[in-house]
Amino acid sequence: MSTPEQREIIIRRGRADTIFRGVIASGAMLSLVVLALIAGFLLFRGLEVFKDFGFSFLTGTQWDAGSGDASAPAHFGIAAMLIGSIVTAVIALIVAVPFAIAVSLFLEYYAPQFIRKPLTAILDLVAAIPSVIYGIWGYAILMPKAAGWAKSLNSWFDWIWIFKVPAPIFDRSPFIAGLLLALMVLPITTSVAREVYSQAPRDQIDAAYGLGGTKWGGIRTVVMPFGRSGLVGGAMLGLGRALGETIAVYLVLNLVFKVNFQILASAGGNVASLIATRFGEATPYELKALMAAGLVLFLVTLAVNAAATYIVSRSRTSA
Amino acid sequence: MSISLQGTIGRGEFERALNFSVADGEVLAITGPNGSGKSTIIHTIAGLISLRSGQLQSDNITWDEPSTRIWVAPENRTCAVVFQDLRLFPHMNVIANVSYGLRAHGVAKDEAMTRSSVALTRVGLSSFEKRRPNDLSGGERQRVALARALVVEPRVLLLDEPLSAVDASSRAAIRDLLPEVLSSFAGATILVTHDLGDVEAMATRSLGL
Repeated sequence: MSTPEQREIIIRRGRADTIFRGVIASGAMLSLVVLALIAGFLLFRGLEVFKDFGFSFLTGTQWDAGSGDASAPAHFGIAAMLIGSIVTAVIALIVAVPFAIAVSLFLEYYAPQFIRKPLTAILDLVAAIPSVIYGIWGYAILMPKAAGWAKSLNSWFDWIWIFKVPAPIFDRSPFIAGLLLALMVLPITTSVAREVYSQAPRDQIDAAYGLGGTKWGGIRTVVMPFGRSGLVGGAMLGLGRALGETIAVYLVLNLVFKVNFQILASAGGNVASLIATRFGEATPYELKALMAAGLVLFLVTLAVNAAATYIVSRSRTSA
Repeated sequence: MSISLQGTIGRGEFERALNFSVADGEVLAITGPNGSGKSTIIHTIAGLISLRSGQLQSDNITWDEPSTRIWVAPENRTCAVVFQDLRLFPHMNVIANVSYGLRAHGVAKDEAMTRSSVALTRVGLSSFEKRRPNDLSGGERQRVALARALVVEPRVLLLDEPLSAVDASSRAAIRDLLPEVLSSFAGATILVTHDLGDVEAMATRSLGL
């Protein structure tokens, strides 16, 4: 008996199917195109500054548009703002992540059903509040209170260098900006943590109970190790938001062009608020420098978000 | 310690009325086809699900009685379970898996480790302490699960199809090991199985569903 000849299978798609595929593929590609266009635009506009200042654009701390002639040349360096962005974002995460863990575990494993749904909805709503509202609230309500907390921290812990202050002024500090950012990143971090924790294997939690483990024991032994990488991903998504936050930080932080790690001191800044502050009155050359700063922020945020997406997807695969 | 269950488990078409008790030193085998509620009995006694109605008692102390809303949490029931699918913690090594129950009961780390080593030696896995469950064969994993349940010195041992997750050769070895282990176990044992060979090898009496 001879082997039958192989035949080619041709699938003919209908016209509607082809159009639909085209539309959704274009939609998917559009976001990539927009991303590339933004990066290209920022690079194109900021290239001259990168050429003029080279690596010192990243390491310099001076931001001076100069007078436009050789007697007072422009100096642009974003180190102070870049470090300011990182300091405020790290403070935000240090405050937000423990809360996010507690809230997500409560919602997933302790909250009764009638509380879980409204609380989840409120958390999602908190994520939708515009930054400027956070900023105004931070300026009017949080800052006066937090300045008092900062004063207490300073009086108790001023033997730790980061809690020292050059002058006893406690408002508009990275600490206050970090607290405000913590509130802003809490919903996204909690949402990711909750999703990852909800995927923890119930049968292993039961196994912990079956050996005499308590509910907390089961959570600590099974749920938290299972959700570790997902939580890191969620925190990094929050970090991405915190790094790029503009107006809220601008309202509660003194923009000072000096690298500052003393978190209670009334001096700091971040790249986004630098751009927002200078954009309106910038000279054409300074505008290019702001575009270059924007590109650096764009790349840092993109890298953080890409890392977060990778970590979260890896935790889902291992689920 | 004895355990007695008089009531109904499961819901809807799976609801089943039961009435049995097991005394210290006894091994009660519960047999029946798939879906007859064998594992549900184990889960009910362990406190992972609650009784539909009736009463579950251990030494005249009520663990579960829906009508009076008495329900003792799993961690306060002096029992340990070997699950059908074993449910070892994959991110922990063998000794950490075995010592989990002891640590959960508040035993100090050093003592927990020593007792876990003894339990592993008892099931023939003394050199496997640092391995991860995924690096073990089905039979070895089964032994770890058994050691993990025995090390907490439960008063009631619940074995849910203890030989279902192993290959034929390991099955014979564990079938030799289990009666030896159970003969030195002072508490009550409930063995759920659909294999009459297991009943013959291990049980002192049986209950068909």
